[in-house]
Amino acid sequence: MIELLDRYRNARTVGAVGIALGVLAFWLTLPPFSIRAFGVPIVVGLAGLALGFAALSQGERRLGGFAIAFGFIGGLAGLWAQGVDKATLEDVLTAGLLASTLRFATPLAFAAMGGIFSERSGVVNIGLEGMMLIGAFFAVWGSIWSGTWVVGLLMAMIFGGLLALVHGVFSIHLRADQIVSGFAVNLFALGLTGYLFSALYPEGIPAGDVSRVPNLALNFLDRIPGIGSFLHDVFGGLSLLVWLMFLAVALSYVVLFKTAIGLRIRSVGEHPRAADTVGISVYGMRYGAVVVSGVLAALGGAFLSIGFVGTFSENMTSGRGFIALAAVIFGKWRPGLAFLATLLFGFGFALAIPLQREAGISENLVSTFPYVLTLVAVAGLIGRSIPPAADGRPYIKQ
Amino acid sequence: MSEAPTPPAEPPEAGLPTVSGIVYERVGGALVPLAATVLAFLIGGLVVLITGHNPLTAYRAIFNGTGFNWFFPWVSGDERVTAARDLQETLRVATPMILTALAVAFAFKAGLFNIGGQGQYWIGFISALVVGTQIHGLPRPLHVLLGIGAGILGGMFWGGIAGFLRATSGAHEVITTIMLNWIAIFGGQYLFELGGHLQGSNPSLPRSDVIDDSAKLWVFWGHFPGLHVGIFIAVAALVVYSLILNRTTLGFGLRAVGFNPEAARYSGIPVRRSYFLALAIAGGFAGLAGAIDVLGFKYSVDTSDFGSGVAFTGIAVALLGRNKPVGIFFAGLLFAGLQVGTSSRHLDPEIFEPALASDLSTMIQALFIFFVGADVLIIYIWRLRRYLKLRPTPREEPARL
Repeated sequence: MIELLDRYRNARTVGAVGIALGVLAFWLTLPPFSIRAFGVPIVVGLAGLALGFAALSQGERRLGGFAIAFGFIGGLAGLWAQGVDKATLEDVLTAGLLASTLRFATPLAFAAMGGIFSERSGVVNIGLEGMMLIGAFFAVWGSIWSGTWVVGLLMAMIFGGLLALVHGVFSIHLRADQIVSGFAVNLFALGLTGYLFSALYPEGIPAGDVSRVPNLALNFLDRIPGIGSFLHDVFGGLSLLVWLMFLAVALSYVVLFKTAIGLRIRSVGEHPRAADTVGISVYGMRYGAVVVSGVLAALGGAFLSIGFVGTFSENMTSGRGFIALAAVIFGKWRPGLAFLATLLFGFGFALAIPLQREAGISENLVSTFPYVLTLVAVAGLIGRSIPPAADGRPYIKQ
Repeated sequence: MSEAPTPPAEPPEAGLPTVSGIVYERVGGALVPLAATVLAFLIGGLVVLITGHNPLTAYRAIFNGTGFNWFFPWVSGDERVTAARDLQETLRVATPMILTALAVAFAFKAGLFNIGGQGQYWIGFISALVVGTQIHGLPRPLHVLLGIGAGILGGMFWGGIAGFLRATSGAHEVITTIMLNWIAIFGGQYLFELGGHLQGSNPSLPRSDVIDDSAKLWVFWGHFPGLHVGIFIAVAALVVYSLILNRTTLGFGLRAVGFNPEAARYSGIPVRRSYFLALAIAGGFAGLAGAIDVLGFKYSVDTSDFGSGVAFTGIAVALLGRNKPVGIFFAGLLFAGLQVGTSSRHLDPEIFEPALASDLSTMIQALFIFFVGADVLIIYIWRLRRYLKLRPTPREEPARL
């Protein structure tokens, strides 16, 4: 049966299945099925959307595009056909939804950019989750200790970088299994942040004022004729860190693909022996890339704590580092595509809130959406996402 | 640490079995975990010291909470009664740890890293719970067997999803199993929340009914809750694990795939079917852990229970035990002792706050994994580096994510 599936593993099939799912999302709500559950067309439609994106990332532009459109329209039409009243729909799908998509995508995008740096240099980093968690904690600690969020961000970056350095030492110099080392990083961060949090703040909430990263009020957007108010609703009140995230994505692309350093990083990830031969320091490049990945992931974590909720709680990253990793793979180790993937996953998180509030769907049920979406997306890749050639392989100097 | 092999005067020739090489082969397997244990406790003690506690008293208090002092003949009277009760709890906690460790180790043998024990545990737990609460009037042995079987099947199903995805689309099991964990956790809470499909008869509580008496495992030592027979099932599972891997064609194929998938493919072993079976069977072990927990002493579930991370400890147990049955058994006892010894019921808050201690034990687990994973470091510390030709880390197939 596994062999049979092989015959159909290509981008065209993925795109076609995506279109089919989009149609299905609408069709299921019509007689004879007449499914009257609010979540069904949304889940099916999102699955079509994800498959369409997968097809697109494999070069099947037309079918992929159609699948995305069908997934989106099919899901919406399915909702409409169910007779969900229009007011509810409008409450669910608003400009606020786009803004909160960006907010949920921000920590994922930071961590995904970090993951790209690390993996492009040949070090698999499943420790992103732990580095985010460290960032989240030390951002809170730093901002309480100093009274300003700037120091909070700095602390997050420093300790995220340090934790990444530990992962670097174990996976580069000591040649430990990088997945095992990354897992240990996650566990260590979980224990350390929990320990410090309980030790410093025995009441379970941070004592003192957490200085939060400010939101940028872009009121001039409102004055643009026509789409002005919409733009203002989406982009007008975003956190400074969201804009920093856009910057980080752009910079990651420029550094990795337009500079000599980027070429070196990629070369030690593809063929370290050849890079070594022409005088590039393989270990140096890898250490640098891993530390950068820790710094970026920690910024993502800092957004979660001092950019978003304004506090820390144990294990508050809840698997986001792994979702970011999925976005890296989904985005074929390219910053732009990976960013689009984080938007898709962020949409999954963002949709959960209005679905629960307006449509009264169980909070626990909608909480599974982003994880289901990630699972479908990774499964839909059909093995066509090819990592850097030396990813995960320790290099032994000769 | 008398186990350290004496370094030979001459570096041994690569490839030739030398005396020192044989010594390293025989004891080296235990040396690294033992040294890792010592190092981890040292660094953990350092953290305790930095935050202003005495590491020695903290560690002694933790040890006395584990109940292992029951084995000391001089412990008597009331102290012995307490020790027996603590030991029962430690063994009860060790059971699912050993089983979820097997879920990791089994997949590891096929070259897969199964982080999904958590989800597989919960699906097994829920399956067994459904059998225990929804089916009535069966004789006890049959009901228990049915519950355990349902747990194993549930775990196999959840692990099999990740295996199927890995086999068909190459989706990396590290990501899919993590996603499946969260889906199982939130999905489980959804089933038992207020108004959930499996919520019990009390409409104001987000919890299930209690399983029938006929589905409960036999308790053979102590009571309320005492020690149930699950620990023997775990030992039997260790034997089964060893038998499958070492005495069956399936196990041979799995190990071959784990050793070198390309070579296995050329010799006609169906690599992708092996991936599927490895994760499905691994899931079965974790599902068994969930079934034993619910049939053995939990008897029901509350939505707030889903946060527990027993299966993550299982990963640490498997790594520390080096995927070997005996190693997993003792590593399971060690981690169970750590958990019980640091729980709020056992640790005197005057000596060390339990809230800190449980996080400390998480940290110590992470350190174990770091050091066990980096045997190069341990060997370096033992100054063996000069004498042993370092084997390069086995090259894996590039992770096809």
